[in-house]
Amino acid sequence: MHMRMAASLLVMLLWALPVSAQRGDAEQQVQFGIEVAQKGLWKEAVYRWERATQLDPTYAQAFNNLAIGYEQLGQMDKAKAAYDRALQLAPDNTFIRQNIELFKELNERTARSRPTP
Amino acid sequence: MNARPAHARRPSAALVLAALLGLTLSACSTTVYEVVIQAPVSAKLDISKYQRIYVAGFVASPNDDLDASMETVRLLRNQLRNKNVLRVLDADAVPLAEKAQELAGPDAGPIPVAQTEADLDPYAKVFSDTEYWKSVGAELESPLILTGTVVFLPQERSGFVQREQESYDQFGRRQVVPVRTYMERKGFVLRPTFVFIDGATGEQVYSESFREEVLYNSNQQTPALSSYFELMDRLIPSVLNTLTAQKVRGNRVLLK
Repeated sequence: MHMRMAASLLVMLLWALPVSAQRGDAEQQVQFGIEVAQKGLWKEAVYRWERATQLDPTYAQAFNNLAIGYEQLGQMDKAKAAYDRALQLAPDNTFIRQNIELFKELNERTARSRPTP
Repeated sequence: MNARPAHARRPSAALVLAALLGLTLSACSTTVYEVVIQAPVSAKLDISKYQRIYVAGFVASPNDDLDASMETVRLLRNQLRNKNVLRVLDADAVPLAEKAQELAGPDAGPIPVAQTEADLDPYAKVFSDTEYWKSVGAELESPLILTGTVVFLPQERSGFVQREQESYDQFGRRQVVPVRTYMERKGFVLRPTFVFIDGATGEQVYSESFREEVLYNSNQQTPALSSYFELMDRLIPSVLNTLTAQKVRGNRVLLK
């Protein structure tokens, strides 16, 4: 009985390992991106977070950070798409929701910046 | 005979369980890093065809303590000079009230002094008189013209406000609790409209209105001029953003 349980857990673990390895690589990219962003190197940060989302397209936090990076670079359309994906992956994440609210506020301001006819 | 005792198998199952739990936890835990971003906001107006800007004056509500038109002209000219976007012309302000009276016609009677926003309606015609602004522009070699209206009025308002009250408990620990109190307050409201006119064609190219207010405790004596600058300070970046790109600061949360 215990042997069977251990075997099935092992199978689950073996199935989870490649996923975990991808997430691990993506996490490294995300961590490096955060470090360089904190130093003001936003282009490099965006590159790292783009890599992270390629390595693990289910990594909501990476999409959140990527959206912030795009905001900093003034690429608002890309930022919106990345925020949408982050929210899709983690709809209950309050930090992502908070960032999106602030982004909307900024984006509306940017939209108002276009001249009236 | 080959079967291993149960106690020897239990640790391997526990190990696998712990590994799985660890994986799950590492996937679920989130580390938070707060950062400040400075997102670029592009200019509202393409000013590439202008070399100069002329702040032509404003129709302003009368105030005993300050001349809102003169102060606005002075403030905007200084700010525009500091930004160094266009060359700021130092020509005298145009007589907007006289022009409004002229446009109203001789039978219209005297146009009331602008006390409220409604009083500014007769002056709106001045800003859409393309021939007039074209002639103003021709004298100054077709600059971008900045004009508009400035309503700056005192206001009084009373009601419940929430403030923080400090207290100390029996152990001497400081506590701050929000309390609602009824207060009579007074202050000022500023409602400017900035109109940008092409000096070559006399046509409006952009206009934007703002509303800012400030309220103080009724026994606080704050000079009108201080309040005026406090309120103008809030909207000047947005006005300048009409002509130049600005960076807007904001807080965001990076996640891992």
